[in-house]
Amino acid sequence: MHDIAAAASNFIHLDTGTVIYLFIVGFVGGLVSGFIGSGGAFVLTPAMMNLGVPALVAVASNMCHKFPKALIGSMKRYRYGQVDVKMGVMLGISAEAGVLYGAHIQEKIKAAFGDAGSNLYVSVAFVLVLGIVGMVVLKDALKTYKTGSVDAEEQTPALAKWVQSINIPYTMMYFPSIKTRISVLFTVPLGFATGMLAATIAVGGFAGVPSMIYVLGVPGLMASATELVIAFVMGTGGTLKYALSGLVDIRLAMIILAGSLFGIQLGAIGTTYVKPVMIKVVMATIMLIVLVSRSLMIPVYLSKLKLIGEMSEQTMSLMKNASFAIMILALAIGSFIIFSALLKGLKSERRRLRHEHHAA
Amino acid sequence: MSDGPGKMKKKPYVKSLVSGVASVVLYYMLFLNEGIINANFARGKFYALLPIATAFLFSIAHGTFTGAFWELFGIEAKKQKR
Repeated sequence: MHDIAAAASNFIHLDTGTVIYLFIVGFVGGLVSGFIGSGGAFVLTPAMMNLGVPALVAVASNMCHKFPKALIGSMKRYRYGQVDVKMGVMLGISAEAGVLYGAHIQEKIKAAFGDAGSNLYVSVAFVLVLGIVGMVVLKDALKTYKTGSVDAEEQTPALAKWVQSINIPYTMMYFPSIKTRISVLFTVPLGFATGMLAATIAVGGFAGVPSMIYVLGVPGLMASATELVIAFVMGTGGTLKYALSGLVDIRLAMIILAGSLFGIQLGAIGTTYVKPVMIKVVMATIMLIVLVSRSLMIPVYLSKLKLIGEMSEQTMSLMKNASFAIMILALAIGSFIIFSALLKGLKSERRRLRHEHHAA
Repeated sequence: MSDGPGKMKKKPYVKSLVSGVASVVLYYMLFLNEGIINANFARGKFYALLPIATAFLFSIAHGTFTGAFWELFGIEAKKQKR
């Protein structure tokens, strides 16, 4: 696959500015992950690559920070009664298979079409998945606001009702989050797709969380928390795969982890103060902004593959920087919504406790 | 924040201090020995377990610290109404 001895020499020199930068990006990524179950990786990997970290080392180091972060986040949200461990492990195992298959497809595309072909494949996957899933999630969130059912209990979507009604002998399994039995023949392909997406666009949760909500009928808050268990299982397996080839830069992983563990605690706490629809609002917002970011890169790769007219280096660099800036904006807006919801929730909770204290 | 009327919850000072010191020591050791750590962690095969074990260790110490840290500032999960 590559020369292991050369891998260590690929590890970059770290100065104070780099450490602070990675800590902050890690914090914001952790905040979003703690709240919606995933996110951050799509900025962290290019952020590391911008610092001169080779692509594979960036992916490997991101994986190595992801699984301990997901572990802490899922433990925290388990205490809030939001995690379906059984579903997370079941989906996580099939996601692991999806990761391996997704990585294999990536390698084949890279071998056949080179870096630009592989990047084009990733960007098209980003745009298609985020476009379709992002719109479904946004439409659902808007419907909740329009019908004034923000405070009402979440309704099981029609597709999920159908999935829950199918009985396939010897494949049925009970899941606490949906309080019923469903066939693992539905969970396996969903987990696999989540893993494939994780291997392709680095954020499996953009498929995992919506599929749990709309296909299996898991409530939004529980789906986003259970995604952390999937991320833990996937991240551990992924790290092992890359570490076997000596690609993990543990310093990078631990710096990002330092920031992300501060963030994931806040994101997880935030979920206890918000209405379930907020998970969908933040997720759809981030997905649709990232879609714009990745769309900008498609003409660049098409030009590199000579499928459209040639683009000047200056234009390519401009598009690349604009794409990265929009990705950062996606995380910043997501974080702003989470912070606002958290602060508002904390204020009203303090007021409520004061009232109770005076009344006693 | 109070745990209920008349009851004040104790802030996790000791927990923050112990886990904070453990976290700082771990990060200090990592950067102090970064040369030898990088060389060994990139050897692959059985050495692949080293980054995984390190990540677990850091997550326990630093995860405990970050949880206690926010609690010190009164940032905690919403309490269920009784």
